[in-house]
Amino acid sequence: MSLAARQLAGVIRLELKKTFFTRRGWWVYFLALGPLGLNLIHTLGSLRRALFHGVTQDSFLFAGEFQTYFLHLGMFFGCVGIFANLFRGEMLEKTMHYYFLTPVRRELLVLGKYISGAAVAVVLFTTSAVLSFYLVGYHQGAAWSDFVLHGPGLRQMALYAVTAILACLGYGAVFLTAGLLFRNPMIAAAVVWVWENLNPFLPTFLKKISIIFYLKSLLPVQLPVPPGRGGNLFELLMTEADPTPAALAATGLVVVTALILTYAAISARRAEISYGE
Amino acid sequence: MSNRLITFADVSRFYGEVLGINRVNLAIPPGITSLVGPNGSGKTTLMNLMTGLIRPTKGDIRVLGIKPSHTEELCRVVGYCAQFDAFPKGLTGYQFVHSFLRIRGMSAAECDERTQTALQTVNMVDAAHRHVAAYSKGMRQRIKLAQAIAHDPQVIVLDEPLNGLDPMARAETIELFRKWGAAERHVIVSSHILHEVDRISDQVILLSQGYVVAEGQIHGVRSEVKDQPMQILIQCDHPHALAARLFQQDHVVEAKIHPDGKGILLRTKDADRFYLLLNRIILEGGLEVESVAPADDDVNSVYQYLIGGEGGAV
Repeated sequence: MSLAARQLAGVIRLELKKTFFTRRGWWVYFLALGPLGLNLIHTLGSLRRALFHGVTQDSFLFAGEFQTYFLHLGMFFGCVGIFANLFRGEMLEKTMHYYFLTPVRRELLVLGKYISGAAVAVVLFTTSAVLSFYLVGYHQGAAWSDFVLHGPGLRQMALYAVTAILACLGYGAVFLTAGLLFRNPMIAAAVVWVWENLNPFLPTFLKKISIIFYLKSLLPVQLPVPPGRGGNLFELLMTEADPTPAALAATGLVVVTALILTYAAISARRAEISYGE
Repeated sequence: MSNRLITFADVSRFYGEVLGINRVNLAIPPGITSLVGPNGSGKTTLMNLMTGLIRPTKGDIRVLGIKPSHTEELCRVVGYCAQFDAFPKGLTGYQFVHSFLRIRGMSAAECDERTQTALQTVNMVDAAHRHVAAYSKGMRQRIKLAQAIAHDPQVIVLDEPLNGLDPMARAETIELFRKWGAAERHVIVSSHILHEVDRISDQVILLSQGYVVAEGQIHGVRSEVKDQPMQILIQCDHPHALAARLFQQDHVVEAKIHPDGKGILLRTKDADRFYLLLNRIILEGGLEVESVAPADDDVNSVYQYLIGGEGGAV
């Protein structure tokens, strides 16, 4: 293994030791695992009341859950919690100098911290999304198993997993960089959250300067528009009028992520230790 | 030669409009160098600059010929025990030292060996597998020191390294500094404990309000302070007679009989003339001199003359 690879492994090892299963990260686990609990309640309730409303309806139910909760809340704020602290947390706790005093290229340090954060986020949220998808229709029994294992369910599950992974990678890069650049990355996170939620109302060229735009293009299920007066707003919020092909969306997201990380690496190269003393 | 020195050439560092250090020129040779000065005098800024944690606003720094902007190269030869009493969460002392060695790219076996050696050096083997959060202040100080020296650096920079150490640990740590200094390493120490600085330093750098006010071997620095008469303690059998002779000299400002009646504390504006005179008196006979020693060429006195205030104490 080359020196750079050994150093990268060293950073990842230390970061995982520090970030996985820590008490102060309880709310990130709550955000990730919360939907599992809700879907379990849904399944148990449906079993108890013998409600079998068809696999399509449960598929729509999960599509709504994934768009509203996973994309706009859970994964977004989970990534804020995990990634914004990778550098800012070290600054606040006055431990950043230990890293800066090692003969590791700052670019490698950024990459190592990013990979460790991404590993935590991807494991938590992808597992949660996949298990939630499986649980949401579990009460349907053989019909759901058939849907998941032999029908379109498997593809849907895979696309949700890919979307969750890309969301963690994309938001992770944004919040890691925010943690490097801003004293209070929460303000930056709030601005990004507003921007991401305003996305449906933006002109097409501005929509593309976001993470959510690409993620929505990857979603396997478009929600049906409910009849009534609220239909237009619902359609605006939940469906992408000008979707990008899935492969292009995924590639676009990876490219955007790489660009943001490159900028973070350049910033880290210039960074000084300033604990505000 | 410059590859053995730490050099600062006209270095200034400002934090916004606040002065950190200004127009510093230094050439620090191997050995123990103490940075002395009141809070806010620029000691930590100087240390952060030579370890590459911050960059100068102006000027050029070289550490054994390496520019601090070449951080990868610099960090192989420098170990820095910073003043911050903070550690990555959830690690034991052993993991703390070991993890940062792994980040350097060393193999697990080499890290194990170096961690053990560093822990033995600071006498922390027994507590190595306890969480750092459960350590006392002195233990935290020692584990930081272990982490700073584990990669066997040529330049060891230590910001207030004796803080929180009990007398035994303090004596052991000072002995370590001496050993490193004798091995031709650079040991840069900042400390408020001036009598200890005095005991261990090969050279001192006195800082005040961001400026270097004096540097060099402490005796040399003292002799440069011309406006303060030199104090000399002479122990002899006839102090009154000696005092009478000395009072006839125009360079003698003051001569006090020592409380034990067996010596004189003299203040003179010209130490060289005094020593010549004393030699003559001794040769003339009638005076038995037991000892002659400067009484104010220690760091504490120089600090008071140049910077003012009480200096520092334990």
